[in-house]
Amino acid sequence: MSVCISRSDSPLALRLIALTQDGLPLLEDPWAWLAEQLGISVESTLDLLKRLQAEGVIRRIAAVPNHYRLGYRHNGMTVWDVADEQLPRLGELIGAQPFVSHCYRRPRRAGWPYNLFAMVHGRSREEIDSYREHLRFLLADACRADEMLVSSRILKKTGLRLPPAH
Amino acid sequence: MDERDRQLINRLQHGLPLVRQPWQSVAQELGCAPGEVLDRLHALLEDGVLTRFGPMFDIERVGGAFTLAALTVPEARFDAVAEQLNALPQVAHNYRREHAWNMWFVLACASPEELDATLSRIETLSGLTVLNLPKEHTYHVGLHFPV
Repeated sequence: MSVCISRSDSPLALRLIALTQDGLPLLEDPWAWLAEQLGISVESTLDLLKRLQAEGVIRRIAAVPNHYRLGYRHNGMTVWDVADEQLPRLGELIGAQPFVSHCYRRPRRAGWPYNLFAMVHGRSREEIDSYREHLRFLLADACRADEMLVSSRILKKTGLRLPPAH
Repeated sequence: MDERDRQLINRLQHGLPLVRQPWQSVAQELGCAPGEVLDRLHALLEDGVLTRFGPMFDIERVGGAFTLAALTVPEARFDAVAEQLNALPQVAHNYRREHAWNMWFVLACASPEELDATLSRIETLSGLTVLNLPKEHTYHVGLHFPV
């Protein structure tokens, strides 16, 4: 169990995840439904949700669009070899670009020199190419090498699930 | 999908307010009835424009071990190796990407031990070396597609 969530909230958080992994039921009063399922009051349920959201366990309670259906059919995983000492500042800068959906530092490996990853999405190949150019411009001399790996086929997509405890 | 649907999609990607009457609050912002918000949300999910509505968890914060990893799979064996990986419940996503490292997948495991065992299992099953790239720092996560 992670240290960033209070001990008393942990079991409730796990039950909340199990209850809503497939989505929140579209009810007029979703908090009352959750409260009933969790066996706590509606007020406690809202407080729990607020705490979990403040702690980052819940990013938000939101709609996830099918980005293909919305026309965003192109995605590129851009990878960058960025000078280590500049990575904290540049990682934040790259992550703040509106067309970047995910931005992470990852380890370099033998034959794989890239330590910064940024996923970009667009409606055309030209659009994601232009995003890559923009990131190149932002990174400037701090970047020694980069590539963009374009996805051509989804082989499996089940979404991140809470793994069953063993 | 009309203008109101677009407004609703954009609004709900930012998250439902954690207030006692969340639909009423969203409806007020958009200038419609709470029932209409629910009806439209239901239709957008049915239609597949939205894939999900609900809490988005950072499940690493409640335990588990995750990584992004890749394989260089010879073309002749590509589909067979994809099948081997996709059969593993720990493989959450798997994408073909146009690169020498042509298969990229995310592993979601209950523990670091299970993650290590899964990586070994993939190497044994495929006979290939895994490029294991666990994230070391998150600068940004936030899918938001304006429509």
